[in-house]
Amino acid sequence: MRPTAPLLLLTAAVLAAGTLTACGGGPGSDRNTVKVAFIKDTNSKVTVRDDYIELVARRFEKANPGKKVKLVPIQASENDYYTKIQQMMRSPKTAPDVVYEDTFLISSDIEAGLLRPLDPYIEKWDDWGQFEATAKGAAKGQDGKTYGVPDGTDTRGLWFNKKIFKRAGLATDWRPRTWDEVLDTARTIKRKVPGVIPLNVFTGKGAGEAAVMQGFEMLLYGTGKNQLYDPDTKKWVTGSKGFKDSLRFIDTVYKEKLGPDLSDALSPNIQPLVATELLPEEKLAIDLDGSWLGQQWQKTGGGRPWPEWSTTLGQAPFPTQHGAPPGKVSLAGGWTWSVPRKAQHPELAWKLIETLQTKQNALEWCVRGAHIAVRKDVADDPRYLTSVPGIGFFTSLVKISRYRPALPAYPKVASAIGEAMEAVTADDSSPEQAAKDYDARLTSLVAGQVVAKP
Amino acid sequence: MTRSLLRWSPLAPATVVLLLFLAGPIGYCVVIAFTDTQLTGQESASFVGLANFRHAFGDAGFRNAVVLTLVFTVLSSLVGQNTLGLALAGLMRRASRPVRAVTGAVVITAWVIPEIVAGFLLYSFFERRGTLNAVLEWLHLPTQNWLFTLPIVAVSFANVWRGTAFSMLVYSAALSEVPQEVTESAEVDGAGGLRRLWYITLPMIRRSIGTNLMLNTLQTLSVFGLIWAMTRGGPGSRSQTLPVFMYDQAFMKSLIGYGTAVALLLLVVGALFSAVCLRLMREEV
Repeated sequence: MRPTAPLLLLTAAVLAAGTLTACGGGPGSDRNTVKVAFIKDTNSKVTVRDDYIELVARRFEKANPGKKVKLVPIQASENDYYTKIQQMMRSPKTAPDVVYEDTFLISSDIEAGLLRPLDPYIEKWDDWGQFEATAKGAAKGQDGKTYGVPDGTDTRGLWFNKKIFKRAGLATDWRPRTWDEVLDTARTIKRKVPGVIPLNVFTGKGAGEAAVMQGFEMLLYGTGKNQLYDPDTKKWVTGSKGFKDSLRFIDTVYKEKLGPDLSDALSPNIQPLVATELLPEEKLAIDLDGSWLGQQWQKTGGGRPWPEWSTTLGQAPFPTQHGAPPGKVSLAGGWTWSVPRKAQHPELAWKLIETLQTKQNALEWCVRGAHIAVRKDVADDPRYLTSVPGIGFFTSLVKISRYRPALPAYPKVASAIGEAMEAVTADDSSPEQAAKDYDARLTSLVAGQVVAKP
Repeated sequence: MTRSLLRWSPLAPATVVLLLFLAGPIGYCVVIAFTDTQLTGQESASFVGLANFRHAFGDAGFRNAVVLTLVFTVLSSLVGQNTLGLALAGLMRRASRPVRAVTGAVVITAWVIPEIVAGFLLYSFFERRGTLNAVLEWLHLPTQNWLFTLPIVAVSFANVWRGTAFSMLVYSAALSEVPQEVTESAEVDGAGGLRRLWYITLPMIRRSIGTNLMLNTLQTLSVFGLIWAMTRGGPGSRSQTLPVFMYDQAFMKSLIGYGTAVALLLLVVGALFSAVCLRLMREEV
């Protein structure tokens, strides 16, 4: 009987080791397969990006015999998507080879050491010369290296329903010059066309960065220069009047019931709700939103085809607070293709990025996704210019569009802004109190790197 | 020595696996809670001592979450699931067979469907254009935007709906253990229903009450999917219980270190609740 004990223990150890390695798993690093991770719309019917990447993957496999592209679509809301890819990129076993990064988060991910500089590849890539100078900066780290190739940009403005405007007795070539004019128009609609939501401005934590960028910053950037971050002192701004005024605007919209019902406004589903129900069903008169809105209504969008949108909807630039020059505000964002530092096949990954950004494929993407082109040759292409109604309007906003502070702390600051908006919208705080709370939170978030700017 | 080793050896694989997959992650969590680890924004983490815990106690969001967790637990577990479970178990003992079968099936269905599915079901029930308001409207009663005006009550109700079956099963078993003669002699002595319940039944099933309370409470403390699906902790932070707060800090704000510290504090809250329940079980009546 004696020898059994050690034997059993040995078996146990072997079993445990087996479980351990099985759990660790092989990295599955087939040398000929390149893994690409990207966001899939929470609405399964919207397959613009999926279809496009599938198409490019086929082209890539055809041009590189023996190589395979493994698609890793991640179906999630934007916030959850960021979290997911950050977790994937932390380990070589799970890191994809190519990852789709929002420029909003890229500085933070660069700082975390999750991404790989692409300069050695870009230097040998002729097409880089075709990219707009501002777009080239979209994925630059603070070390001056480039960590991603942008696939487009976007701008923001007011979408409005001309039919509802007509019913309210308003002109359909609407061009508001101040915030007050926007609010007054909304009030007129509320009075004259009951049953219609006059104005949507994204707000709160549910909508995430959509609320902060399309909602709050479109307001804040129109209240004066550098109201969020001061590049001269390299500090974040506290106590600004612009911040309070912007919160007051949000407060007015929701207190006067000019916006969607609060439970919708604060719901995480507000973005799809606006795009697939409120606008196409003509229940919403004015929407402060992004240039990409039309993509879901296109036939190739896979979302909700709505061919009449091009004649029903008009676009107008969003005004500055009191009409100060240049009279309009827009923010630019966008996404880039990047390579995680722990990617197993960076060479192949770069090849795939090159394929994603050939002129032909970039054009295909901008046309399908209603994206604003970052390649000059695409921007000049007649197929692009006639692809989506309104693309000319939104492309014209690129000139005045500004970027968010490309700093690692930005996502945290943005989340604090979302909380301030939520507190005001849900009527938990007055705009003044919410601004004060934001200042306190900001100070701790950026380790005291703040400057008061009354 | 060899003998005890021999006796222990069949358990070795299980022990190793347990240590690896249970104690390992917990230990790792404890370590992380003392660092400033982030998901993004910094390359390496460093030990910060008790800073995360100090931050938690000074954080209005954390204090709000603790209060809401207590409200949620008391409302849904102590009051809701527990009493309703006992009432159902008592009523079902007297009910006819078909009634018993149908009630049991309905209650247990609520229990077996996954938490996240229950979350979406109850979301559509409480939602502004949802079932509840439709029924109220039909009855000409005033409607409410439940998830907005009373989010913590709505999620508490959802948890009651989902978790009552467990208490009902525990109490059904306990009640069937109460000897018939004792109840009968009390009845002969002239004790009414309420007095019988208070002086005979409850003391006799005391231990089951303790166990049930403890298990219910621990289960309720960790409810996440239900709340996340129904309100995401909102509006504002009016239904942000500790698990939701923890998720928000760790994954939405990328503060893994702080989030883990909050998780450890949640563990402490759970331990406190369990201690109270164990005490209840021991106490002589």
